[in-house]
Amino acid sequence: MNQRLSANIHGWLLLLPAAALLALFTHYPTAATVWQSFRSTPKGSRPSVFIGLDNYATMLDDPIFWKSVVNNLIYAAGTIPTSIALALLMAVWVNQNLAGRGFLRMAYFTPTMLPMIAVANIWLFFYTPDYGLIDQVLKLFGRGGYNWLGTKDTALWCIIVMTVWKEAGFFMIFYLAALQQIPPSLAEAASLEGASRWYFFRRVVFPLLMPTTLFVLINAVINSFRLVDHVLAITRGGPDNATSLLLFYLWETAFKFWDTGYGAALTVVLLVLLGAFALGQYFYFDRRVHYR
Amino acid sequence: MSAAAHGRSAMEPAGIARALDTLGAWVLAILWFLPLIYAVWTAFHPTEYSARFDLAAPLTLKNFADAWSAAPFARYFLNTVLLVTMILAVQLVLVTLAAYAFARFEFFGREVLFALVLVQLMVMPDVLIVENYQTLRRLGLIDTLLGIGLPYMASAFGIFLLRQTFKSIPRELDEAARVEGCGFLKMLWLVYVPLARPVYIAYGLVSISYHWNNFLWPLIVTNSVTTRPLTVGLSIFAAVDQGIDWAIICAATLMTSGPLLIAFLLFQRQFVQSFIRAGIR
Repeated sequence: MNQRLSANIHGWLLLLPAAALLALFTHYPTAATVWQSFRSTPKGSRPSVFIGLDNYATMLDDPIFWKSVVNNLIYAAGTIPTSIALALLMAVWVNQNLAGRGFLRMAYFTPTMLPMIAVANIWLFFYTPDYGLIDQVLKLFGRGGYNWLGTKDTALWCIIVMTVWKEAGFFMIFYLAALQQIPPSLAEAASLEGASRWYFFRRVVFPLLMPTTLFVLINAVINSFRLVDHVLAITRGGPDNATSLLLFYLWETAFKFWDTGYGAALTVVLLVLLGAFALGQYFYFDRRVHYR
Repeated sequence: MSAAAHGRSAMEPAGIARALDTLGAWVLAILWFLPLIYAVWTAFHPTEYSARFDLAAPLTLKNFADAWSAAPFARYFLNTVLLVTMILAVQLVLVTLAAYAFARFEFFGREVLFALVLVQLMVMPDVLIVENYQTLRRLGLIDTLLGIGLPYMASAFGIFLLRQTFKSIPRELDEAARVEGCGFLKMLWLVYVPLARPVYIAYGLVSISYHWNNFLWPLIVTNSVTTRPLTVGLSIFAAVDQGIDWAIICAATLMTSGPLLIAFLLFQRQFVQSFIRAGIR
């Protein structure tokens, strides 16, 4: 058999099973979502019909949608910089020969291994009014009786704190791995030059960690749009949609109200957001970050 | 993480700065560990001590027994183990074959297909819930373990990871194996798979922890005890029965996360290394 033909046949056959599943559960649904977003939700005997941009028009006028967008942005702004900064701090500490280094590393990383549902269950108890741990502590100072999760102003922040607690340790390990790659000769040179520790960190270590920061940042952004387990478990989007994130709202629309047409339109928004971020990362960050 | 405890490097602080670093690191670590310690405290003590810290409080396993008998956790455990095993087994096979094709075969449309595979890194199954649910409905796979696993089985992440590894294997090994009369599948099995073992372990650990903890999609797909994984079972247990007290919920929470947590504590280094290996692309 001709060499090239055989390479073609073998290549395609090896790829076939994975390609078929990818087509069925990634490419087809992506296309179908876009198509369905232009159609109405079938109701009873009325089948789905083409309605053009109606779903999107509804969306523009939908206060809960906008609330979810704003919430999601606050959530991203609240979780991403904090968890990255904490992760970096943890990594710098764990990278030194501090007393109890093994314990420190374990303490920082363990929350990462818990399912979000478990994290939510544990933290729910902290936030419970009167009986919960935070209120118990506040009572010592004569305060307390505050319903952290039941108040619009604080509910989203409760979710943010929980998320930072779970995520920071995960990002830490990537920083730690990167820190250990930095040749010790750089630190020696800097110390001979009499550079301060902060100067060395700012001018040498931090720039060298840029690829890691980028990697962690991408993951953090994706996670902020992809993970809503804790919202589902703790607040169900409440009170008064104060903790509704985009994916949560999508779930609620499609699987609680069974409005699949509108759900498809919401999915498209999420896909566009994730896609825009991927493109931005490709065109913008790739140039700003120098890889070693 | 290098195993050798390295000596103090040139820019590491000494004296007061070092003491401050140690203090800060410990304060943060204790803060970070507190929620877990708290959950353990609550789970192992009678309910009255849920919010009262008394070192004389009696230890008990009753909360675990109560949780175990209050919901079909045994079945949930079985479901999760079956689900995670099934997903990983299929993933390993599909990902290996696809990565081998991309790494070693010059076939028509290879670059385009690879780009199409990478689309999944951005358009994740976690977001395509509406349409994937419709697909499962048409296939009659709603409320089945296979239905939960199917969208995740062809993993772009795994294909990418393994392709990189396969590409780094010197082609001379191919030639040698071919001279010995090895077919290409035998070569894959005898040369490529063994050499990529650390990557398989890394991928496996990441996959197991991802699917052990996954929640939203299983919640959507399942609606009976015989298919629900632990995460979904736990959320129903904690949410529905308002009467159930905290100690029991904490016990259930620890119980369901337990196997993964214990595995992590035992094989900490392997887990951390796996996440790093799988992360650096």
